[in-house]
Amino acid sequence: MSTGITKPEEEEETESQAVGAARAAGESAYGQARMDESEIDAANEASQRRARRAVEDADRTVELKVFRYDPEVPEKEEPRFDSFTVPFAKGMTVLDALMWARDHYDSSLTFRHSCRQAVCGSDALFVDGKQRLGCKTQVADLADEGIPGEVRIEPLPHAEVVKDLVVDMEHFYDQMESVEPYFQDEDTPDGLNEQRQSRENREKIKMSTRCIWCGACMSSCNIAAGNNEYLGPAAINKAYRFAMDEREGEDLTEHRLNIIEQEHGVWRCQTQFSCTEVCPKDIPLTEHIQALKREAVKKNLKFW
Amino acid sequence: MSQSYDRGLVEDFGRWTEFSAGMWAWIFHKFTGWVLVGYLFTHIAVLSTAMSGPEVYTSTLQGLESLLIVRFLEVGLLAVAVFHILNGVRLLLVDLGIGLESQDRSFYASLILTGAIVVASVPTFLAGAV
Ligand code: HEM
Ligand code: SF4
Ligand code: FES
Repeated sequence: MSTGITKPEEEEETESQAVGAARAAGESAYGQARMDESEIDAANEASQRRARRAVEDADRTVELKVFRYDPEVPEKEEPRFDSFTVPFAKGMTVLDALMWARDHYDSSLTFRHSCRQAVCGSDALFVDGKQRLGCKTQVADLADEGIPGEVRIEPLPHAEVVKDLVVDMEHFYDQMESVEPYFQDEDTPDGLNEQRQSRENREKIKMSTRCIWCGACMSSCNIAAGNNEYLGPAAINKAYRFAMDEREGEDLTEHRLNIIEQEHGVWRCQTQFSCTEVCPKDIPLTEHIQALKREAVKKNLKFW
Repeated sequence: MSQSYDRGLVEDFGRWTEFSAGMWAWIFHKFTGWVLVGYLFTHIAVLSTAMSGPEVYTSTLQGLESLLIVRFLEVGLLAVAVFHILNGVRLLLVDLGIGLESQDRSFYASLILTGAIVVASVPTFLAGAV
């Protein structure tokens, strides 16, 4: 969650020692390199000055409007938006811009990130009114032409905000766990035998295996917003990934269909396609949910 | 996730401007579905006047049709019905897993087709009233 705050990024080496020292001060828990107030102020000011210079030197800048909220600090209890002017660089992602703002203006700006390559799923944000991965969203793509004047960054809607851009993902993880998102089989082959999957079957589940648990889909879903018990697109997609995998036996498949066809399972989906629109891994979520609806109907309609 | 902490600023922005095609289709479908149910009651009420004899029925209909607002409501009813049917077919295809990649285009097509049919119907509905 706060990984970024005390760990300088590699390409940010231009930063002076003053900032490094200020960071070390933040790490006073380690017992050394403690700075007194005035030194911290000086370091902060130096950092602000450097930011100003970078902004002045830049050909183009972007204005980030970032949602801020911190229930633990009285002055920050009231949600608000902060503006940060960030120099634009070609190839800059929303995450890059946020990190620049954090490193140059306000080290308390809090957001999750880790892999920076759309793999870990930790930086789903609400950027300009849409759920997107910060690291996969080019700032330049947010404008019809050129670069956007302003980018609005908020935490995922319909989730509880812990601080700034960090939301509580617990409920999302609970829903994911509830569909038993792991391979199970009664008759695993003996010894070192492989348990092969046909090419066709692999193709069928291929897209569904891509989920990175970012929660963007759940946040975009109007039904999930109003119904906490709804499994949500990601969990149903997980169920699809296993229910459609032919290597699991019939009993298990039936067990999985029982899970997804319960009251708050697939039938809550109203095919609004919001999840499919936002999924950063391009998983055809609605398609998978609809396929499971059909499987559920087929399971219950046996006339033969 | 809905126990959403009231984010004031964040959650009550006029978010509807950010809805995508599928979301609009859903809203319109709900709306038109319920308008049709509402019409069903009106329809039954008007038809029931025939219980009091043919003259009453005829005069009721003539009375209604002489009102310009009723002519416009009829155009509206057609719009609502046509959209509901076209988008209903779209939803049935979605349920069958057909053409899900073009769901946004089929929604726009429903809208355009509805518009065209409604425009073409205007002379018929307003004939003699304006
Ligand atoms: C050919 C004609 C029609 C077709 C193809 C059609 C199709 C559909 C479909 C597929 C749905 C389900 C939407 C979903 O998946 O959520 C639906 C919902 C609905 N329809 Fe129709 N429909 C037709 C006529 C009507 C009529 C005549 C009425 C009114 C009397 C009506 C009222 C409704 C209502 C109230 C809903 C539910 C809306 C909601 O979910 O709250 N429909 N329609
Ligand atoms: S399905 Fe897509 S949007 Fe949903 S959690 Fe997985 S990767 Fe994220
Ligand atoms: S930082 Fe890992 S997905 Fe964006």
